[in-house]
Parts: sequence; C-alpha cells; structure tokens
Amino acid sequence: MTSTVRTYLGRLLPQLIALTIIIAAISIIFPGFLNLQIQNGRLYGSLVDILNRGAPVVLLAIGMTVVIATKGIDLSVGAVMAICGAVSASLITSGHSLAETLLITLAVGILCGIWNGILVAVLDIQPIIATLVLMVAGRGIAQLITEGAILTFNDPGLIFIGSGSFAGLPMPVVIWLVFGVLVALVVRQTALGMLVEAVGVNREASTLSGVFTPVLLIAAYVLSGLCAAIAGVIAAADIKGADANNAGLWLELDAILAVVVGGTSLLGGRFSIAASVLGAIIIQAINTGILLSGFPPEFNLIIKAAIIVFILVLQSPRFRAAFAFVSIPRVAGKPTEREAK
Amino acid sequence: MKQKYLPLTATILIFLLSYALCVAQYPNMLSTRVIGNLLTDNAFLGIAAVGMTFVILSGGIDLSVGAVIAFTGVFLAVVLEQTGIHPLAAFALVLAITTLFGAVMGAIIHHLEMPAFIVTLAGMFLARGMAFVLSIDSIPIKHPFYATLKSLYFKLPGGGRITLIGGLMLLVFAIGILIAHRTRFGTNVYALGGGTATAKLVGVPVASTTVRIYALSGLLAGLSGIVFSLYTSAGYSLAAVGVELDAITAVVIGGTLLTGGSGFVAGTLVGILIQGLIQTYITFDGTLSSWWTKILIGLLLFAFILLQKGIIRLSRNGRQPA
Repeated sequence: MTSTVRTYLGRLLPQLIALTIIIAAISIIFPGFLNLQIQNGRLYGSLVDILNRGAPVVLLAIGMTVVIATKGIDLSVGAVMAICGAVSASLITSGHSLAETLLITLAVGILCGIWNGILVAVLDIQPIIATLVLMVAGRGIAQLITEGAILTFNDPGLIFIGSGSFAGLPMPVVIWLVFGVLVALVVRQTALGMLVEAVGVNREASTLSGVFTPVLLIAAYVLSGLCAAIAGVIAAADIKGADANNAGLWLELDAILAVVVGGTSLLGGRFSIAASVLGAIIIQAINTGILLSGFPPEFNLIIKAAIIVFILVLQSPRFRAAFAFVSIPRVAGKPTEREAK
Repeated sequence: MKQKYLPLTATILIFLLSYALCVAQYPNMLSTRVIGNLLTDNAFLGIAAVGMTFVILSGGIDLSVGAVIAFTGVFLAVVLEQTGIHPLAAFALVLAITTLFGAVMGAIIHHLEMPAFIVTLAGMFLARGMAFVLSIDSIPIKHPFYATLKSLYFKLPGGGRITLIGGLMLLVFAIGILIAHRTRFGTNVYALGGGTATAKLVGVPVASTTVRIYALSGLLAGLSGIVFSLYTSAGYSLAAVGVELDAITAVVIGGTLLTGGSGFVAGTLVGILIQGLIQTYITFDGTLSSWWTKILIGLLLFAFILLQKGIIRLSRNGRQPA
C-alpha cells in the first residue's frame, strides 16, 4: 500500500513541484494571495478562485487525457461545449425542467462523442482530422440553435451550477472533483485504464490480443464529449447565457496543453488523470498569477508558449536519452511518432 | 485514369457543379466581377494554404499560420506608424522574421522529435503573444504606398478586376506547383510524407527538408499577412483567428491526403475557391445565415475524408486481391 502511494506521488511530483513554485512566486509578488476566508458558508480566496475558474479546462482535460492515451486527440471539445451550452439554454428557456435540460444536454454531448468515436474507430480516420469536422461545423450548429444571438436565461437551478456552492466550495469545483474521482476510479479500479493504454501503445497488437478496440475507442471519445457537455453547461451557467461564438473558444488547446503539462505523452500509452487535472490547475494558476501580479495580460500567451517549449524539451526522447543517468527511464524503447507512422 | 488524380478530379467536378447550380439560381453569379472578388477576398487564405499544402504533404501540420498572419499585420502597422522606413523594406524585414520563425519550429520538430501539432501550437501562442505585446489595438495603416498598391489591378472583360493581391495568390500557386513537381525539394517533401524512415533510406536529407518545409510555411504565412494587411489596411492582434483551420480544410477538400505523401497544390486552389463559393452563394441568397458556411464546409470536409478513405481502400484491394 505504501509503495503504491509512493509511486503515485512520484508520478505527480514534477507537477506538484511546478504548482508549488508558481503559487509561491505569485504569493511573493501578491501577498494576499494565500488568504482564505469563509463568508456566508462559502470559501473565498484566490486559491479557490483558481480551482473555480479552471473548472471547464479541468473537465475537458479529464476526457482529453483518456483520448490522448489511446493515441488520439479531440479537437472538437470547444465546439461541443458551445453546442451543449446552446442546447441547455434553449431547453431551459422553452420551459423544460432542469432535470430534463441536463439529461438532454449530456445526451447531446455523448452523441457528439459517438460521432467522433465512429469516425476514428469504425471509419479509421486520423483523430485530428476526424474531430476537425465537428470543430469546424460545431460552432455553426451551436449558432443555429441560438439563432445567432446570445441566449440568456434566469432559471435559478441552472445558474446554481455555475455560481452556487456546496459544502463551502463553488459548485463547478464540486462537480469536477466528483467527476474526476469517479472517472479515475472507473479506469483504475478496473482493467479499463490498462486496456486504454494498450490501445494507445499499439492498436493492432491489442486488437489481436483480444481487446475490443472499436468499443474502447468510441468510449474514450464519448467520455470526452460528456466532459465537454458538463463544461459547456458550467460555462453557460456562469454567464447566465449561451454564447455560441465564444463559449469554449480555444479551450481544446488549453485542455491538450493541460494533458501535456501533466506529463501524458501525446504519442499515447501511459496516462494519469490526476496529473492532467494538476496540469489544468497549473495553467489556470499562471493565468490568474499574471493577472494579479500586474503584468500586462498580453504576456500571457508568450509565457504559455515558453512553458510548452520547456516541457517539450524535457519530454523529448533525445533530451531524455542524454540525461538518462539522471532520471529513471519510464518508457523504454517506445517508438517516436515519426518512426511509428 | 490514374487513381492519384481521382480526389483532384472530384474536387474540380464538385466546384464546377456547384458553380453551375449557383448560376442556375442566380445568373448574375456568372460574371468576371464575381470571379475577381472570389480571388481578392480569399487571397490571404490561398497564400497561407499553399504553405499548409507542403506541410501536410510532408505528413506534418502547422497551427501557427493564423497567429503569424496577425503578427505580420500588427508588425507592419506598428513599424509603418512609428518609423519612417519604406513599406517594401518593412515587408522584407517581416518576411525574414516569419521565415526564421518557421525554420526554428521545423528544427524543433526534427531535432527534439516532437509532434508537429504541439510545436506549432506553441508557435501559435508565441506569435499571437508577440502581436499582443506589439499592440492590443487595431492600428490603421495610412501609408500612401498602400493606397498605390491597392489601386493596382488588371481589368478583365465584363468589368471584373484581378487585384494585385488576387494576382499574387495565383502567382504563389503557380510557383508552388512548380516547386512541388519540378524541384528536388518538392520530391523530397512527397518522399517525407510517404514515411520518414523510407525517406531517410533513399537518401532524403530529412533534417534540412523538414526545416525548409516549415520555413516555407512561415514565409508564406508572412506573405499572407502582408496581403491581409493590404486587404484590411490595418493591423490587429486578434485578426485572422482560425485561418489555419480554413487552410487545412481547403487542403483536405483539395484532395491532399492528411497522412501525407499524396496530393496537389493545384487542388488546394480549388478547395479555396469552393469555400469562397459557399460564402458568395450565402451572400447572394441573403436569407441564409452566415453560420451555414461553417456547417456546409464541415459537411464537405467530412465527404472528402470519406472519399479519400474509399480511394485508399480501393487501391489496397487492387494491390492484393483477397
């Protein structure tokens, strides 16, 4: 038991160190950063704010991690967020109950996932292209639903999802915590996670050894669609309206970045949901930190780019080979994408 | 007919057919004015798509294109506003920067053995960030030389005009076709798309080819940025968002295989024209909302991917009858 805990911590150590450094750096520049206070039975403070603001990206990153572990990628999540936000707003304004609205919205997200999954698993299309179709068309579909306007609503139940609180924590944080733990348990307490990794390392070999790859692949994209649907509802509930143009815009890139920061290789195989969640929080902490510390927000993207390049260098096979004596090689003899192609 | 010409032929047929359908409904669409505008309005996209064609032919992808276009526009606007240098000198300077930018991305992709997707994503953040740092406002460009350039056009019979930027796009496509099919570099690009390992074995200089492919894409994105700044007479750091997706879509609709190794630069031109045609049709119609453009292009993209899949399956069956 202690050894599993130790390996788990070992896996998350780089992300934890990075997060600690970032938070320490911000709290030096901005002293009030670590303050937490309880008002009206709810926790307030910059740290809670990071967890709350990061909710959509955290949710997307959970689904994206599993998709990337299958050696895929899901570019459509931002567009699916927009579609699901639009669906929930139009349902609630047309008089449906909250339960109906949420169920139908999540079903729409799942449907989007099935579409992507069938393109990838059955029609055997490259994931980046298969999901590009929905990424291009999705925003159009969302605008079709909202008829081009920003659809506002004032249903207290739906708004609660975006700005309510439960057990002292903002509702979005509660949702991603529960959902993340649930997904992590399902993939790690069963053989599912291992099978997903097997598909990511070598799809053909795992099919030959009896893994039913098409279903597994579709399930991965369905999970991603479901995550996008929840994120879409949160984003819409947060602004009390569905904005088909801007909801989830470029969040797919943030989600992919979160997975990469979390140390899951884009080439498929081993994955860690907890690490991706940490990755998403790191990104949000950087965003919040740049805003708080009075740096012009224009530098946000440049700092992000610098961080990606830094992580890429650390992850690159050649760099690893050169410093193999320092770190323990995690994956031995793994082909790079170019060779595997 | 050779199988490799099938996607290109399909693209051209779809373009002619849809143009004929448009003309049947709106006879006014059959005029040189519409064609001239089609070229002018899509000039920046077309030029960027030529670079994207080379990248995709080699089996890679370049997500930084839109951000580089925005950076180029802001750079030109800031330089022309604050210094006295001639626009032509500014053009040369910015093209050098974007070419170098592309080359560095290519070098990272090759030497760090990282997927092109994530490297160019970082490039996209960096270029967009640099544009933000230069200015977050939309800066108008009022240099008289810009007015001169914009007033140049070639008059077609029937009142249509091929503007300087429309003509430039056609020229870039012509040069792109020459490079792809008549130079050693072009052959190397196709070989790289067929498989890095194979390419290395037959003696393709993989490192220098990869660097040159992304440098070319950077150069053309810079040129596209110049055209875009001529087209809009302004530089704005939030401009040209998502152009890389339009360019990728045009390349795919144009019949280039996304796995690399097969396709034509000329197909991309038709892909651009099809996208432009959808937009023009929606403008002519007036009742359809602009978001139908996205849905139609998405559907078209899907249809072409299916077509490509079918062709690949056919050619496989042809080779080894089972």
